[in-house]
Amino acid sequence: MRIGIPRGLLYYLYKPLWEKFFAELGLEVVVSKKTTKNTLKKGIEVTVDDICLPVKIYHGHVISLKDNVDVVFIPRLVSIKNKEFICPKLMGLPDVIRANIKDLPPIIEPTVDLTSSWLGFYRAVFEVGSYFTNKNTVILKAFYKATKNFKNYTQALEKGARPDEILEGCCNLLSNKAKFKILLLGHPYNLYDPFINLNMIKKIENYGARVITPENFTETIFKTHLSKLNKPLFWTLGNKLLAAAYQLKERRDIDGVILLVSFGCGPDSLIGELIERWIRKNTDIPFVLLTIDEHSGDAGLNTRIEAFMDMIERRKAT
Amino acid sequence: MRLSFPHMGNLYIPIKTFFESLGIEVVVPPLSNKETLELGVKHSPEFACLPLKVNIGNMIQALEKGANTIVMAGGVGPCRFGYYSEVQREILSDLGYDFEMIVLDPPKGNLLKLVKNIKRLIGDNSFKKIWFSARLAWKKAVLLEELDYADGMARVSKKLNKKKANNLFNYFEKEIDLTVSFDKLQCIENQMKECYHDLTPSFEPIKIGLVGEIYTVLDNFVNMDIKKKLEDWGVYVDKSISLTEWANTNLLLRLLNIHGEKNTEIAARPYLNHFVGGHGLQSVGNTVLYANKKFDGVLHVLPFTCMPEIIAKSILPAVSKKYNIPVLSLVMDEHAADTGLNTRLEAFVDLLCKRKEGMKDEILFRS
Repeated sequence: MRIGIPRGLLYYLYKPLWEKFFAELGLEVVVSKKTTKNTLKKGIEVTVDDICLPVKIYHGHVISLKDNVDVVFIPRLVSIKNKEFICPKLMGLPDVIRANIKDLPPIIEPTVDLTSSWLGFYRAVFEVGSYFTNKNTVILKAFYKATKNFKNYTQALEKGARPDEILEGCCNLLSNKAKFKILLLGHPYNLYDPFINLNMIKKIENYGARVITPENFTETIFKTHLSKLNKPLFWTLGNKLLAAAYQLKERRDIDGVILLVSFGCGPDSLIGELIERWIRKNTDIPFVLLTIDEHSGDAGLNTRIEAFMDMIERRKAT
Repeated sequence: MRLSFPHMGNLYIPIKTFFESLGIEVVVPPLSNKETLELGVKHSPEFACLPLKVNIGNMIQALEKGANTIVMAGGVGPCRFGYYSEVQREILSDLGYDFEMIVLDPPKGNLLKLVKNIKRLIGDNSFKKIWFSARLAWKKAVLLEELDYADGMARVSKKLNKKKANNLFNYFEKEIDLTVSFDKLQCIENQMKECYHDLTPSFEPIKIGLVGEIYTVLDNFVNMDIKKKLEDWGVYVDKSISLTEWANTNLLLRLLNIHGEKNTEIAARPYLNHFVGGHGLQSVGNTVLYANKKFDGVLHVLPFTCMPEIIAKSILPAVSKKYNIPVLSLVMDEHAADTGLNTRLEAFVDLLCKRKEGMKDEILFRS
């Protein structure tokens, strides 16, 4: 049986977990090809115009998969942490896909909801597993191997490798050689899909900088910095961004911060504002907010990055 | 303490009544207007949804009027509204205002903090007085909804012309606002019954269900008086969300934990199988219910970039097709203009008329 995984949204965070799990269950895993202009075009054709770019592209990936696989894996990720949510758009994702795309193969849509109970995760694992086998031991074994694989991945991230490097298998930790360190903030599906962000990481690193991302920070950093909040924030991905920004006060090695958001992103419209105000008030690190959507062009982005990097270079020289 | 709060429709009347009868000085910000919106847009994040921007405008105007404490509702997600208060506090204090913000989060978040905040607001008032104030405020909320319904029917049935209806509505709204005793409220209710009698239209009007995000549905400044506009054309509009009903299910039942699954959730299930925050699920469910009730069309209103409603907007075309009911989604933001709205509404109502042949002559398009 062939199971399709669309290369979009939280695929970039959970690839090692999902792929290994399905492979261990004896399935043939088909991941959609890298995002291209065509993926975007297909996605835009079927979605409403005010939904965000990553979701549009996700639609494109599902369309490219649907005729080549027996089932598609579209999880409903409600909450991956207690009292926190991902985003309303991900909570309704399978329903939106079903409403927008015709002739879909069956969808495997486990609901991952940890808002009320930590058991929610295991429930989802068994829900998915039981589609393919009725032996619980097989599911458990596959799950064990998958989590082990995932742990290795997160450990590598905490050591400073970026998801895009690990997923591509070209891990070159040039952090020591780099002239600057740039903190690139954003959601994983924007940061690690070079098509969405117009190859931004490469562009920045061409100036001799090392880009680090929120995925490089450990859980303890998040915990210590988020306890400062007046009211706990209820978006998991937003928390990561806030904590990554808040730790800048203690870190002296970051030369600049870029916040990458997709146009119309709900959580980021508020978090971006909080981060910007906080950085301006508490640090003297240069900050820029870049918004991307399906109309973004290379030239506009190049100009901004060039200006930003020039400024950082000059600051460093003086 | 000079207390203030942002606007949502005519919610200010019950809230003001509640706090004033507890002996707290209340500063009501000017009703949302163009200046409010301009102030809000100027100081808010660009992609924040419209309610946040209007709220910021309300708050600035209230602080300018001398308020020093702001009450704001909170939330526990996933809708952005739950984190409004934090962003608003940052924006306003960066603008140099000296004030205190009291945030009322639902008990699911932090019960102790909620109790503490409520205590700060009600002070040393006796339980009897609080009970009285709450009942008075509730009664006003109920009366305002009755007024809204009666006014609508008077317009639809053409029993009152637009100007008379406006005058009568404003008169009663003001009376309800100023009254401080139950007896007087009873008088007003009787008076209302007298003025608005025999409201059944002599023809069968086009029926439209209004679904969408609660603030956009309830606040007439933000939705540009969409309900009255349609009613003046002789179209019956049913709001899917009412304040008292919302308060009943969300505050009382949920607190007592006897909140069962609602009809809307069951109706939405084949199309949207999970809560998505805000009123996204209700929008889908209510559209199905309106179709079952043989309404002629559904209007879906949402602020630009509203996350839960974008999910609903993505799914509504499928519902519309299945149930053969026209659905029009209207996105509201600071650039929305009367003319644009009118054109779309006219075209939509035209379409509904054509579908319901024989009705055409009954409807006057321009008043």
